[in-house]
Amino acid sequence: MTKYNFELTKEIELLRLVTVGSVDDGKSTLIGRLLIDTKGAFEDQLMAVRKKKGTTQISSAAEIDLAMLTDGLSAEREQGITIDVAYRYFATPKRKFIMADCPGHEQYTRNMVTGSSTANAAIILIDARHGVLAQTKRHTHILGLLGIPHLIVAVNKMDLVDYDQGKFEAIREEMQAYCAKQGIKDLICTPMSALTGDMVTIRGDKMAWYEGNTLLETLESLSVLDDIDEKPFRMAVQLVNRPQTADLPDYRGFMGTIASGTVKVGDAISVVPSGLSSTVKEIVTFDGNLEEAFAPQSITLTLNDNIDISRGDMLVHTGESTSGEKLLSANVCWIGDEPLEKRKKYIIKHTTRQVKAVVDEVNFKRDIHSLEKEAASELAMNEIGQVTFKLQQPLNCDAYTENRGTGSFIVIDSFTNNTVGAGMVI
Amino acid sequence: MSKHKLTQLKALEAESIHIIREVVAEFRNPVMLYSVGKDSSVLVHLARKAFYPAPLPFPLLHVDTGFKFKEMYDFRDAFCEEIGADLIVRRNEDAIGKGMNPKEFGVARCCGALKTSGLLDALEEGGYDAAFGGARRDEEKSRAKERVFSMRDEFGQWDPKSQRPELWSIYNGRIHDGESVRVFPISNWTEMDIWSYIRDEKIPIVPLYFAKERPMIERGAMLIPYYEENKDQYLEGEEPTMVMSRFRTLGCSPCTGAVRSDATNMDEIVIEAAASRRSERETRIIDHGSNSMEDKKKEGYF
Repeated sequence: MTKYNFELTKEIELLRLVTVGSVDDGKSTLIGRLLIDTKGAFEDQLMAVRKKKGTTQISSAAEIDLAMLTDGLSAEREQGITIDVAYRYFATPKRKFIMADCPGHEQYTRNMVTGSSTANAAIILIDARHGVLAQTKRHTHILGLLGIPHLIVAVNKMDLVDYDQGKFEAIREEMQAYCAKQGIKDLICTPMSALTGDMVTIRGDKMAWYEGNTLLETLESLSVLDDIDEKPFRMAVQLVNRPQTADLPDYRGFMGTIASGTVKVGDAISVVPSGLSSTVKEIVTFDGNLEEAFAPQSITLTLNDNIDISRGDMLVHTGESTSGEKLLSANVCWIGDEPLEKRKKYIIKHTTRQVKAVVDEVNFKRDIHSLEKEAASELAMNEIGQVTFKLQQPLNCDAYTENRGTGSFIVIDSFTNNTVGAGMVI
Repeated sequence: MSKHKLTQLKALEAESIHIIREVVAEFRNPVMLYSVGKDSSVLVHLARKAFYPAPLPFPLLHVDTGFKFKEMYDFRDAFCEEIGADLIVRRNEDAIGKGMNPKEFGVARCCGALKTSGLLDALEEGGYDAAFGGARRDEEKSRAKERVFSMRDEFGQWDPKSQRPELWSIYNGRIHDGESVRVFPISNWTEMDIWSYIRDEKIPIVPLYFAKERPMIERGAMLIPYYEENKDQYLEGEEPTMVMSRFRTLGCSPCTGAVRSDATNMDEIVIEAAASRRSERETRIIDHGSNSMEDKKKEGYF
């Protein structure tokens, strides 16, 4: 049993994970394996999905219907497929993991985008018998676009190919070549059997030829944070705090989550887009004022000058502003039922600001097999392309590859109010 | 390696505060559902952090069934007074007047009337367009699939098949007239996180969470708390005995079981939670009927 060290609970870090794969890659089995072996699933939850009614103790993944554990909706159990992203939680003495379990069904790619957008690492499941599929490539391409820092290819069901090293190496080479074409560098390939647990949480004795880490060792050792605190300071204002109480008649605090960088008391601050500037007076939190704050903390700033700031404005260090553009070019994953069309009007939400936008040009769409650009006038559901929007008001963005927080936006259909696109600023 | 690091609890805290602030910024009339339990205690604590030094910018709404533990009512009133919260209590008086109870009418009907209808009526009456709830995704498998911003139609109902994609930390709060949203800022917290955070932040909770000798009815594997005034709700022949026990979750007294425990302080509770091999929802009778959590959620249960 995994020992939980209570003194360490204050120190452990959070790793956000996403698992993607095609139908029948054994994703549910892998997740069930991780949950059982790290004690992330409770006994009564396991007993409720046991295969044989008489079973009184669950000791191996083979005794339970793992898909039943993760497929929480009745429609999923009826159809035997996973429809929606499910979030799962498990912890080891080193880390807590939030795992978004994304369905492999082609029409539900939008849920994969949902589950992947916040992830630090992705596990891509491949069935060793079937190798790299079109769906695998599509998912890998999306993960690359979304800038997931670490990709882990889990070559599963090795037990069904006699733990053949050759089969594994062929898949590894194909994935490495595919990722290299897209500029994805951090790729780790691990052979495993989720059913037996070999190379998931234990090494086992069937794949002595493999010298890398087990999956769990990899997950425990990946670096969690990129250099987000070393990038320029960015904080979109969510709200202006004006208590107007007897004690605080003139208090004005600017509330927000730091998207990147650090801020200190006394720092020179500019407001984007107005260009007004001041210096930081206090960094206010419920637990006392801070001298310095960093991403991704949620804080309140007070300034030494009374300047006009409201929701949607961004605070930056003076001299480190971004340029505001009325034409916005971005890679877009389209996730709406109705296609994105040229000249159609949408609403874009970027950080805490919403602006009206019209599609100026669909520059191209990407064939996910060849990765070649194709001419297009629209993007249908699940398609990916490069789009230029004309904005009613300029947005101050960073490139997505530089800054996930200030380089991302969502596209909202102004008629249905649904979220229909995921945008990554170029 | 980055020199600025947040522990996982502080990272969760920052995410929750961000969500709570987005709702206040984008909705006209938000309310925070307050069930008096440990998750509610954490949720209210996070909301106070989000708006400090200002007071909470929304009221707390307790949908009362009349069947809560006496200790919960005492705690609720003292806690709300101490933090200066605007507490609204709503009950389905119609059903309560007709003598609704789980033993005669069944757990599903009783919950439907006192909790789901009570909640929907209270939300409609208040005209709230956003209601915060303290549900967590690790609690139950249909909750594991719910978004942080969970859209509800005019009838307060959830459609799990057409949930809005939720990307990065950009939440889409745009709704049509009549629609509303349930917002779950502590979606990503586990039971272990809740207990650790309550310990670290010294958040007040109902004393029933701490172990004590209490009168209990032993029904199969369940420990059901015995209250003189509820004695009609017990089965024939059931007699209370004193058991060293505590509650992992708190609901209505006839339908919430206790667990045997010696954990009398927060450190011991955290250790016990970490070692526990059974889920906390196991002690809630509501989760085990034919009417699943998913069905109840579709009808409007939060």
